Amino acid sequence: MSSFPTLSAAIWIPILFGVALLVLGKDRNAPMVRVVALVGALLGLLVTLPLFTEFDRAASTMQFVEKTGWIDMLGANYHLGVDGLSVWFVILTAFITVIVVIAGWESITERVAQYMASFLILSGVMVGVFSALDGLLFYVFFEATLIPMYIIIGIWGGPNRVYAAFKFFLYTLLGSLLTLVALVWLYLESGSFSILDWHMLPLSLEAQIMIFVAFLVAFAVKVPMWPVHTWLPDAHVEAPTGGSVVLAAIMLKLGAYGFLRFSLPIAPDASHELAGFMITLSLIAVVYIGLVALVQTDMKKLVAYSSIAHMGFVTLGFFIFNQMGVQGAIVQMISHGFVSGAMFLCIGVLYDRLHSRNIADYGGVVNSMPKFAALFMLFSMANAGLPATSGFIGEFFVILGAVQYNFWIGLIAASALIWGAAYSLWMYKRVIFGAVANDKVAKLQDVSRREFWMLTVLAALVIGMGVYPKPVTDMTEASIDALLKHVSVSKIK
Amino acid sequence: MKTAYLLAAFAPLVGAILAGLFGRQIGRAGAHTVTIAGVAISFAASLWTLFDVLQGNTFNGTLYQWASVGGVNLEVGFLIDTLTATMMCVVTSVSLMVHVYTIGYMAEDPGYQRFFSYISLFTFSMMMLVMANNFLQLFFGWEAVGLVSYLLIGFWYTRPTAIHANLKAFLVNRVGDFGFILGIGLVLAHFGSLDYAQTFAAAPGLADRTIELIPGSPWSLLTVACICLFIGAMGKSAQFPLHVWLPDSMEGPTPISALIHAATMVTAGIFMVARMSPLFELSDTALGFVITIGAITALFMGFLGIVQNDIKRVVAYSTLSQLGYMTVALGASAYGVAIFHLMTHAFFKALLFLAAGSVIIGMHHDQDIRNMGGLRKYMPITWITSLIGSLALIGTPFFSGFYSKDLIIEAARFSNVPGAGFAYFAVLAGVFVTAFYSFRMYFLVFHGEERWGKAAHGHDAAHDDHGHDEHHHGLAPGQKPHESPAVITVPLILLAIPSAIIGLLTVGPMLFGGFFDDVIAVDAARHPAMAEIASRFHGWFALATHSVVTPAFWLALAGVGSAWYCYMVNPKLPAAIKASAGGIYRLLDNKYYLDRFNEVVFAGGARLLGRGLWKGGDQGLIDGIAINGSAKLVGWFSGVLRLAQTGRLNSYAITMIAGVALLLLFVVLPLLRG
Repeated sequence: MSSFPTLSAAIWIPILFGVALLVLGKDRNAPMVRVVALVGALLGLLVTLPLFTEFDRAASTMQFVEKTGWIDMLGANYHLGVDGLSVWFVILTAFITVIVVIAGWESITERVAQYMASFLILSGVMVGVFSALDGLLFYVFFEATLIPMYIIIGIWGGPNRVYAAFKFFLYTLLGSLLTLVALVWLYLESGSFSILDWHMLPLSLEAQIMIFVAFLVAFAVKVPMWPVHTWLPDAHVEAPTGGSVVLAAIMLKLGAYGFLRFSLPIAPDASHELAGFMITLSLIAVVYIGLVALVQTDMKKLVAYSSIAHMGFVTLGFFIFNQMGVQGAIVQMISHGFVSGAMFLCIGVLYDRLHSRNIADYGGVVNSMPKFAALFMLFSMANAGLPATSGFIGEFFVILGAVQYNFWIGLIAASALIWGAAYSLWMYKRVIFGAVANDKVAKLQDVSRREFWMLTVLAALVIGMGVYPKPVTDMTEASIDALLKHVSVSKIK
Repeated sequence: MKTAYLLAAFAPLVGAILAGLFGRQIGRAGAHTVTIAGVAISFAASLWTLFDVLQGNTFNGTLYQWASVGGVNLEVGFLIDTLTATMMCVVTSVSLMVHVYTIGYMAEDPGYQRFFSYISLFTFSMMMLVMANNFLQLFFGWEAVGLVSYLLIGFWYTRPTAIHANLKAFLVNRVGDFGFILGIGLVLAHFGSLDYAQTFAAAPGLADRTIELIPGSPWSLLTVACICLFIGAMGKSAQFPLHVWLPDSMEGPTPISALIHAATMVTAGIFMVARMSPLFELSDTALGFVITIGAITALFMGFLGIVQNDIKRVVAYSTLSQLGYMTVALGASAYGVAIFHLMTHAFFKALLFLAAGSVIIGMHHDQDIRNMGGLRKYMPITWITSLIGSLALIGTPFFSGFYSKDLIIEAARFSNVPGAGFAYFAVLAGVFVTAFYSFRMYFLVFHGEERWGKAAHGHDAAHDDHGHDEHHHGLAPGQKPHESPAVITVPLILLAIPSAIIGLLTVGPMLFGGFFDDVIAVDAARHPAMAEIASRFHGWFALATHSVVTPAFWLALAGVGSAWYCYMVNPKLPAAIKASAGGIYRLLDNKYYLDRFNEVVFAGGARLLGRGLWKGGDQGLIDGIAINGSAKLVGWFSGVLRLAQTGRLNSYAITMIAGVALLLLFVVLPLLRG
């Protein structure tokens, strides 16, 4: 393995580009700003390449580890590393950043430098969350994600952006305060901020449950799990397209990743103890939220609710404790990054033209935008979990795992086949199919070359992963095995 | 892995991609050339495979590993045996005919290339389905054919009825798939594999395993798993009560009604159950469930065919009824007979649909049989081929449908699973019904008074088969129907030949010559129907001549005779019957009110529930009550922070820089110091 600090590069290159844009970028040199932003994003993606090529697929330990002293007084280290559970999210974050930079190319004309900088900085910070192996470092990155996203929604958002930004900020900030308490408690108990040390720390069941609940509040808000999900539809509706894409594709995974890195390995007994509760919340997300998604009249809200339902599969997969479940959950997280990102981009394409997210304002779009209709069809189908798209794999694995765990849980989870198809395709029907609904629809221009290639790359990934997911599962399998083995052993002292 | 297998599966995919992505570049002729070439290659490779299999060269192997999860191997691979090879030949031969036919049928449609791309994609998906050697790939093909069906039903996407029908088809199929995936889940959970060969080998060992779905009442694992799998078949093969999508699927262009919604896709469920025979054989309860559902479908869907006036819908209900027959054969453990009927039905039903399409073109897109009549003079090839198809459908001795249907009736008679008695009654009564509606349509279309060419005809129940609704349809006064061009009539003739003779040629070797011996498992001691039939079989000629002493023959004759009397001799009679039996007529005309029920209870119920949860749960309880307290806090907060909101760019940027600087300081500075 090379000594090049891959993970640090993936964190700091986008951040440095972002800071540079903030300092130097002005709206009069907007074209230049865009190019610089794209270069920064592409560089950020490029440096993650070794994570794929040089990753040791047989190992379940941390790789690409970097460790130096950070805050000596506390024993906190600048400690980075990835394993099979996190490696894909680093790559996904870098990739999605390239996409959002391209997505905002023409539609953002004011404060371009600040807009691009926000996303670049956010990208680096999120990579930090996925690769931090030090509890304090994790917390800093985890909280730091709030600032750029708050600004993205608050500045480039819709008319009700201030309300949405505050709801987002307070929900997630209040949620994560308890996490800080838990982190400090773990530090006092173990004398270290190392997450890996915490994994090995014996704890009584009561202590584990306290820890689990403290983490749960923060992670459940981020995922989001029912009933702390109501910030998400509002945030999505007000966020600019790029904000929605990053929110759905990456930020929701921060919470889910937290379960994998903290809750399950640090408090395995509590995880088993509370599994029934977690499964119940997940199933409510699948059914309740699926039904709520069905009746939405705003496209973004519909996709936002569908995100919550899909994340329900993720948390369900974690808490049935078998390989199918956890593998399905991780694949679902990656796939959801592509699919929900693409869905929000598609809605953005329509919004840029008609300035409406209302389903009722559309109808018969296929007549004027056939290329767009074909791409949107693919993503809608992937959202409904059609085989040979990435959306299928995660759902399929989680359902199989759930049936293995308990038939009835599997049955409720499998009902997502119906809900997912119903809300995705009913929306598609009303927006895309039919006769031309009004003059504005008749005058729509089909996707530009930039939009076409942006969506086509995502489409290729969605199909590629659906037809051949082995490269993904090969990299995650060893770590999942290790995690499940770890979780099956009691830590009660 | 033989090249022929790859050619058979992937040649249509190549055609579909070329026609779909490069349709504009290669043009109309290019699109139909590449797709027809792809399907023709696939057909040739399938035939070769069939002969190769008959030499004893079966195959079971992996194409590539899709993923591996927790020690479970998930692969894409092929299982090539007699069952697969038969299906491959049926699928590709009908598909080839439909491809050729489409050149004529879709000649004026602006979506020409797209259509060819879809039907080739369908052929690929169907091949992957039938060639699968594991449940995963089966499910892939299963959903992929559903996708193409969805795209094709909604092919004319500006028509409200078409886009309603395709959504309905997809969702009803998803209800079936919901059961199907649970069945697959149970198989994986208890067998530890999704591979056919491994599962089937392990099945007898699990025959006595029970699972307690409700604590205290142990159920046989295989019964639950098989019923779940069969629910999938009920969706795809349109068995009651999941049949409701199939009649509406007639909104799609006629060639796909023939290919997808009659000959191939809808038989996927039948194929699947036959493939799973080693599992189904171990559960009498599951077989009883299968035979009962099949019997209900066979009889009650037939009744609906009697009151339809749209030419395509008559054939559609007939398809439903025939799928019920196949399902009855499955339930009676006569899996081979079910596949045999699947094959003969594929030919004669594709023929009937394509002939109906030819009539529709001849009638200038009027589909109401009440506006037809006497067409035999104007469309002789369509007329003769339709007659052959109808005779095959009603089970006329020596025609292909006779052999398969007669054996299904016999199988139901000798079956001893629960529900077999009802099934025997249903399939026998169904013979009369089939003969009646088939010849009602035949007489109304090809014989009797010429009712077309009248300016104002009410085709309330009829549907224009082309996208341009605004255009005039039907024959104008003075216009005469015309025979269709050769690209349409040649496929009709090529399908009429097997419709007539494939039964007598293959009944002996296919069913009683050990053709399916290694593929389909039948426990003859428990389910004697197939053995009973075999002991009574003395060749195709004897079977046909013997039929005159069977009730089925006389019932079919009575059906034709009744249709002849009602629609040729005494045309006022049907109206009189309709008037005197108004209640029954309304029940049939409204398709037993199932559509209404689903609209109101399921679709309406889901929307009502969703709205209730959204307004009451999310907005009322969670946001309204739980978040309200915090919202007040937010109000206070924002009051303070409003001071910071100058609305000026600079201050925002400065805020942001400050935030970032703080972050940098916090992370970077200690590093530098350390």
